[in-house]
Amino acid sequence: MQQEKAVGSVRLWEIIVAAIFLVFGAIVVWDSRRLGAQWGSDGPQAGYFPFYIGAIICVASLVNLFSAVAKGSRDAFVEWGQLRLILIVMVPTLVYVALMDNPWYSLGMYVPSIVFIAFFMRFLGKYGWPKIVAVSVGTVVAFFVMFEIWFKVPLPKGPIEAAFGFA
Amino acid sequence: MQEIQSLLGGFAVALSWFNLMLMLAGIVLGVIIGVLPGLGGANGVAILLPLTFTMAQQPGGATSAIILLSCIYWGALFGGAITSILFNIPGEPWSVATTFDGYPLGQKGRAGAALTAAFTSSFVGALVAVLLITFLSPIVAKFALRFGPPEFFSVYLLTFCAFVGMSKGSPFKTISSMMLGFALAAIGMDTVTGQLRMTFGFEVLIKGFDFLIAVIGLFGIGEILLTLEEGLEFKGTQAKLNMRVVIDTWKELPRYWKTSIRSSAVGCMMGIVPGGATPASFMSYGLAKKMSRDGAKFGTGMVEGVVAPETAAHAAGTSALLPMLTLGVPGSPTAAVLLGGLMIWGLQPGPLLFIEKPDFVWGLIASMYLGNIVGLIVVLTCVPFFAAILRVPFSIIAPVILVICAIGAYTVHSSMFDVWLMVVFGVMGYIFKKLDYPLAPLVLALVLGDRAEDSFRQSMLMSQGDMRIFYANSLVGTITTLSLLLLFWPIISMGIDLLRGRRAPTIDNE
Repeated sequence: MQQEKAVGSVRLWEIIVAAIFLVFGAIVVWDSRRLGAQWGSDGPQAGYFPFYIGAIICVASLVNLFSAVAKGSRDAFVEWGQLRLILIVMVPTLVYVALMDNPWYSLGMYVPSIVFIAFFMRFLGKYGWPKIVAVSVGTVVAFFVMFEIWFKVPLPKGPIEAAFGFA
Repeated sequence: MQEIQSLLGGFAVALSWFNLMLMLAGIVLGVIIGVLPGLGGANGVAILLPLTFTMAQQPGGATSAIILLSCIYWGALFGGAITSILFNIPGEPWSVATTFDGYPLGQKGRAGAALTAAFTSSFVGALVAVLLITFLSPIVAKFALRFGPPEFFSVYLLTFCAFVGMSKGSPFKTISSMMLGFALAAIGMDTVTGQLRMTFGFEVLIKGFDFLIAVIGLFGIGEILLTLEEGLEFKGTQAKLNMRVVIDTWKELPRYWKTSIRSSAVGCMMGIVPGGATPASFMSYGLAKKMSRDGAKFGTGMVEGVVAPETAAHAAGTSALLPMLTLGVPGSPTAAVLLGGLMIWGLQPGPLLFIEKPDFVWGLIASMYLGNIVGLIVVLTCVPFFAAILRVPFSIIAPVILVICAIGAYTVHSSMFDVWLMVVFGVMGYIFKKLDYPLAPLVLALVLGDRAEDSFRQSMLMSQGDMRIFYANSLVGTITTLSLLLLFWPIISMGIDLLRGRRAPTIDNE
């Protein structure tokens, strides 16, 4: 038997998600009331349909909330070892997206993709640099040819692509 | 026999070199997508959809575009079987039942037989479903021409109530997730009044959420995160398929003709009802187990146990396109993405499509026949190549898939905000999957939200706010009653069981 630390029980997460649903439903109801969920002079107002949607979300999430509190499973939602693996992927992904899109200095799509693939190969795969460069640059060049040249779908480009004459 | 004539016209459209090439490319891409973790039919098609924007502008281009995308779908359906049998990883939810007997067969060294049986029965299931589409869809479309807004709303209602009635988990979770889809669809500019709904002053929200982003995030990123929990390596059996194994298996298959017919019927019936493909494969497996002479040996590696779920799943996956084409109501998330494609290309799905764009509709139907034949040949000949993809180490495949998802999310609207959104949807998809909130109703509600709301509003305008319009004539009344029956089915079936004094029946899926 492996003894792994659990990160929250299923029950806890059921409660959290149901509560978020409840808040979301309340926001929908509130915003629909603001727009008018009544019958206007020219037909149903903008909030007419969403109002009911929001109301149903509230009712359903209340049921989910109660059933989670009453008989939610105490099993682990995710074990620490699993969460570690997930974070190893999620954190670099967030950095990757931030490199592509931030208010200060966005690098476009191609260069961060090379860095992203290289990072994974280096830190998870422990590959040597020649292989890393070949795979990461090769993949991204293939995407470049496919998108920019074949299908003529431009992707965002940063300063380095501009230096090569692509803007 | 007007259908035959229309179909021959369709073959004339589909049988150009360009379209055949697209078919082959679509199938190969589709199988790769089906084999890769984190990429499935729905998000694979969603990612590649933007590539067809320019293609669809040319004359006849929309037909080529739908041929490409639908062949990706067939390919993904075939590909799901490869991972199920060789790696015990179901590529799609409806390949889960294939692992029950497929993986043990592979362990016994009969992976070749399992794969041949899976591909062949997939093909048979698809063929039956395409025949159904060929002959039933013109009738349904003609019938649906009489539909007004109340009828369309009742069909949407039926679609969504079917999800609640057929869901295996908590119906309230299904409702929550579905309504979340509707609410997200409502965000942004209201098309009728021009008012902004739930934007709270954020400019990026005015355009609203695109369901393609949601599909890429929920099914792509969410799936990768789930796969990660299992660890970083895939352990699989070797795949070898030589002609002798194929022919030997083909000789064995006719013995299971009863299972094939039953599974095709189950698949077609469940496929037309939304969300039906996964229950169809389980149901067909359960039925085969009960009715076969070797039923007791199921789960230890029986070819028949592969035939049953694969036939049903492929039949259901294919017949999910019938309501999409004729009514504009997709039967599965992938069909929903294809429907979204039609709308982006400027085609209005629904009964009028059969009259206004017969070339498109019949070209697509003809391509279903050809695509599945091409698909069968491709998968039978190239299995080792596709299986090799899963042997590429995770540290290479994971970042490449994430990059593909990011590019796919960006290209939908050329917006970086969408890439952030995709990441958020990914985390959401992961948590939802873990807590058994179904994703398919969310996606379908996101796709159909605006249309459902429009038909609801128009109905309300017609009746001046009187709900009785949904019982105004026998047609709309029947559909509405059926919807309500399905909606309350969990309660009704509980009631029936209480009366009979028995435990609630569950789908046999051990």
